[in-house]
Amino acid sequence: MAFVNWLKRHLVVVAGLLTLGYLLLPNVVVTVFSFNKPKGRFNYEWQQFSTDAWKDPCGVADMCGSLSLSLQIAVWATLGATALGTMIAFALVRYRFRARGAVNSLIFLPMAMPEVVMAASLLTLFLNMGAQLGFWTILIAHIMFCLSFVVTAVKARVMSMDPRLEQAAQDLYAGPLQTFLRVTLPIAAPGIAAGALLAFALSFDDFIITNFNAGSTVTFPMFVWGSAQRGTPVQINVIGTTMFVVAVLLVLVSMALGNRRNRQKA
Amino acid sequence: MSTITRAEAPELTPAPETKPPRRRGRWTPYWLLLPGILWLVVFFALPMLYQASTSVQTGSLEEGYKVTWHFATYWDALSQYWPQFVRSVLYAASATILCLLLGYPLAYLIAFRAGRWRNLIMILVIAPFFTSFLIRTLAWKTILADGGPVVGALNALHVLDLTNWLGWTAGDRVLATPLAVVCGLTYNFLPFMILPLYTSLERIDPRLHEAAGDLYAQPFTTFRKVTFPLSMPGVVSGTLLTFIPAAGDYVNADLLGSTDTRMVGNVIQTQFLRILDYPTAAALSFILMAAILLMVTLYIRKSGTEDLV
Repeated sequence: MAFVNWLKRHLVVVAGLLTLGYLLLPNVVVTVFSFNKPKGRFNYEWQQFSTDAWKDPCGVADMCGSLSLSLQIAVWATLGATALGTMIAFALVRYRFRARGAVNSLIFLPMAMPEVVMAASLLTLFLNMGAQLGFWTILIAHIMFCLSFVVTAVKARVMSMDPRLEQAAQDLYAGPLQTFLRVTLPIAAPGIAAGALLAFALSFDDFIITNFNAGSTVTFPMFVWGSAQRGTPVQINVIGTTMFVVAVLLVLVSMALGNRRNRQKA
Repeated sequence: MSTITRAEAPELTPAPETKPPRRRGRWTPYWLLLPGILWLVVFFALPMLYQASTSVQTGSLEEGYKVTWHFATYWDALSQYWPQFVRSVLYAASATILCLLLGYPLAYLIAFRAGRWRNLIMILVIAPFFTSFLIRTLAWKTILADGGPVVGALNALHVLDLTNWLGWTAGDRVLATPLAVVCGLTYNFLPFMILPLYTSLERIDPRLHEAAGDLYAQPFTTFRKVTFPLSMPGVVSGTLLTFIPAAGDYVNADLLGSTDTRMVGNVIQTQFLRILDYPTAAALSFILMAAILLMVTLYIRKSGTEDLV
């Protein structure tokens, strides 16, 4: 009876933690199976413990090449989408102009469109133009779908900014450029960083749009997709585990630094 | 201090302007918008037009395609592939409902009950994003493997008898059935439900809960009459962010399903990349887009939340 009462009081917590388990279970499996030594070509069944894949992460043909291609595309797509998106966000929040509604819907629609529709229509454009599919078409596509997410992230931050701070800077004889560089940009920076991070993650992990517009170029997600047909090397799990661990560590470190700075200020 | 001394030189002030200096450039917003908007027009809007035109063309790969206003392509595509359309909507709707049921408690937990664990749980929700979703989806092949512990447990609890009867699974298998596809879709889009839910739950003043309690509302009544209505914006954007990508997805149906679980995304992908029947593929993709835009518009009207952007 005591247990039933306890469960009643903590039902939300129990259900929430179960969901968290559901979310994390595949990551646990990915990690555990990075130490597997599979018998066949597929790494779906546990055989025996081995650290072979960890000792030789690039031991699979073409995998590390695809990984570095994905990183390059993600970096360029992040830079492009963040620059273009930040400019749009500032224009939307700070200025009045015609056709605001049209601009807003043009930014909203790519987020409300199934990826496969954007992928297919972009491919028809490239085919009609006779464009060579590869690095550049992937980059163009990635900047296109990351742009809206950057705009949304930066806009949220700039909107919550107190415009009087900039007026104060100007009252103190800061020129427009100086005001922007020393007041506006530092305050907007967390929003821009959040947008850039989101763009990087979206671009790096994108499969559907890339699959349509890559031609014979192979990014990391496309390598994984291909390996699901041909045979999954254990090294895929090594990369997956490393990405997860690095992401968690980076967040923890940045949080610890943020905490320390706050404490120093106080 | 130096700023104050500098401010003591009023002769430096330019003659008072009619407009604030920040608004000086009338053309500034247009220059700021131009590159990004041009990008979206050329690589998002224009392709939609190309696709619309492709869908009413006839011809062949060898002889080239011509616009012949051949609308019959739409009819042929729909009559041939309506099962895949129905399946897409059903699977995506099931996954969305499951995401809401699973995601709400977790979002609630983070917003109100997590205390000092809040940041850690938040990180654990977001961090899986950084492992390629294809790798994580492949992990479900291991989890749901035939004769594995999950299938064994479901069998022992006679859950599989029920799902077999409903047609969600077949025999002693979960893999290659609708259940596996819906499970994968739910898993992949769950964070898109949790984050907006959390954002709108976090804005609720916890004192409202206390007030409801003081007015003798049972915890469940408080939830039904106070918490849930106030979290509606999160529910609406969460369901949209889950349903839209799920309806167009073909990865889960391909990796976890079988030929009997093919969704419309699979058909578009095969038509475009393997069969190279561009008009049919374009028509299918156009129908999917129109259907989703229609559903989303109706849904937003009905739920009365306009400010999603």
